[in-house]
Amino acid sequence: MMKQKEPPIQLYQGELLRFTTAGSVDDGKSTLIGRLLYDSKSIFEDQLDAIKTASQRRGEEGINLALLTDGLRAEREQGITIDVAYRYFATPKRKFIIADTPGHIQYTRNMVTGASTANVALILIDARKGIVEQTRRHAFIASLLQIPHLVICINKMDLVNYSHEVYAQIKSEFKHFSSKLDVKDVHFIPISALKGDNVVHRSKRMPWYEGPTLMYYLENVHIASDHNLIDCRFPVQYVIRPNTDAYHDYRGYAGRVAGGIFKKGDEVMLLPSGFTTRIARIDTADGEVPTAFPPMSVTILLEDDFDLSRGDMIVREHNTPAISQDIEAMICWFNPRPLQARGKYALMHTTQEVRCMVKEIRYKLDINTLHRNLEDKTIGMNDIARIRLRTTKPLFYDPYRQNRNTGSLILIDEHTHETVAAGMIIE
Amino acid sequence: MTHYQLNHLQELEAESIFVIREVASQFENPVILFSGGKDSILLTHLARKAFWPARIPFPLLHIDTGHNFPETIEFRDRLVAQLGVKLIVGSVEEAINRGVVQEEKGYNASRNYLQTAVLLEELEKGKFDAALGGGRRDEEKARAKERFFSHRDEFGQWDPKNQRPELWNLFNGRKHYGEHFRVFPISNWTELDVWTYLMLEGIELPSLYFVHERSCIVRDGVILAASPYLPLKPGERPKRMRVRFRTIGDMTCTGAIESDADTIEKIVAEIATTRIAERGGRADDHRSETAMEDRKKEGYF
Repeated sequence: MMKQKEPPIQLYQGELLRFTTAGSVDDGKSTLIGRLLYDSKSIFEDQLDAIKTASQRRGEEGINLALLTDGLRAEREQGITIDVAYRYFATPKRKFIIADTPGHIQYTRNMVTGASTANVALILIDARKGIVEQTRRHAFIASLLQIPHLVICINKMDLVNYSHEVYAQIKSEFKHFSSKLDVKDVHFIPISALKGDNVVHRSKRMPWYEGPTLMYYLENVHIASDHNLIDCRFPVQYVIRPNTDAYHDYRGYAGRVAGGIFKKGDEVMLLPSGFTTRIARIDTADGEVPTAFPPMSVTILLEDDFDLSRGDMIVREHNTPAISQDIEAMICWFNPRPLQARGKYALMHTTQEVRCMVKEIRYKLDINTLHRNLEDKTIGMNDIARIRLRTTKPLFYDPYRQNRNTGSLILIDEHTHETVAAGMIIE
Repeated sequence: MTHYQLNHLQELEAESIFVIREVASQFENPVILFSGGKDSILLTHLARKAFWPARIPFPLLHIDTGHNFPETIEFRDRLVAQLGVKLIVGSVEEAINRGVVQEEKGYNASRNYLQTAVLLEELEKGKFDAALGGGRRDEEKARAKERFFSHRDEFGQWDPKNQRPELWNLFNGRKHYGEHFRVFPISNWTELDVWTYLMLEGIELPSLYFVHERSCIVRDGVILAASPYLPLKPGERPKRMRVRFRTIGDMTCTGAIESDADTIEKIVAEIATTRIAERGGRADDHRSETAMEDRKKEGYF
């Protein structure tokens, strides 16, 4: 891990916060992102000039901030967003990565992708329309993917005369609906992305709102406990054996901590063998470190000589993950070719690659109504389903709710090699 | 900040190291695309960290247009010697002589575009199944949608509409025979992140990045280094200017900026306050609004 050098300046002290935005074409998502970039001075002059010219060419009034986020040629031609795009900005407090997901085509697939690494989900509601089908879908996916924090931006407040009543009504409606979901931390902010109210600057037009601006929230929301620091999980990614004179007997297990805090001297258990030993040392290229925690990439050296390889896992003896070949998971299907009942797929989980068979499709979930459909079990593109899998080798896993790193998997078509599904392990 | 929390550069470093180790695990014959620019220097530095105390298990591949700054080449050779890795050089000059590609004509002629064919040829020749590059998503609009593991068909082409979804830390590197992957471990770094990190780590950089006096011409608002490879338009006269480069590409198309930054600390301060995007000085991107996307689809870096 990087050395900490003095003097620490603001440029590198901040944490990294990843958030995802979701919205449909008209609810102002692109404008909001444009506003965050513009008001935080993250847009360069020449980029601004380019979109000014493009706005004029399209005969639009003023600067269309939405143009900043349209990346590919097809998107600019059709005025839509077809894939997840990543945007970056920083303030003196934090660095931000936005996973900007489109609102319509292949919506679920892209939202799930963007949500998989996010700390915060930002959901936009048009104040004039209130909660619509898409709001429910966004919130459901945020809960399915266990995004730790949810911010509901009630946008276009300028078009409802900055009405407190409208805001309060939508807020209570959302709370009623979200009580059925598995979301922990929900926050509401009334904004106008177009006019800039409560995005970066506090609005003078909504004195009834006493909460933070969106930017203040993003800069200050507590994310240190978004990682699981309790259950020690270290999937071995790569074995480092230098075979040089200086490091003749060096055998290091390289990987990224997936959960818990590892310390030098800790007694650990190795999976699948079940042998126990101690951590001799935790190495990085910058020297030894006393502890390793998520999401650090380190190299662990053990006191005894065991032959671990990629896919094995280092854990604690009295806190082991589930070890099984029978997996229950919620999946989101990504491919035009539907899920094959009793079909065989390649499966990636932590650093393990195995084969699996679909033993049972339990139900398909209607993500608008949360209704469990036990009859129609055709799982096509963008469908969510609960399935049971049997793997060729045991997986070492935790429920996704407990650990996003050891509870997630992807399914791969063995013939086309495409990633066809994302899975969240239930048990 | 609590004890068990990384700052953003430490987190980016951890992410990049994870991706680089994943390449070593999933592919048989990876290669690092090395241009001599700061991003590929950072990438190489991170690869060193990923496998320490072992050597980087991949060779470096440099596509030499023949129009490189001499400073770049000197720097490259020194770094390769330090790391003890193998260097492969693909020569555009030689490809022109063999008639594989044709030199562009005119005042803005650039060999940038010709690199693609030579790169694909080298990847095929070396049977490389993964090519690690220093591309970043903040560089350009088309790159904002690039994956860490970016699948290329047997013609080396990128299909932006049919990319594999990439979730969590699970990178799918499976492919058919003859296909390969481009891998971008520093996807999530911004220009400022790169510079700040290079400063904190004390990493050596080519002298071109620091301000120096050189003979330049100003063409369409872009400051270009005067060189035998850049034919002058009527009325154009080289003049001495104090400049530095923000990116390093060919001498014919890499724009310089006027600056006072002679140390990396000053560069970081300059980048932190600058109001012009990094690739704003790249004449190759100015050719059209989708210049980068078009080149990428064909197999550019």
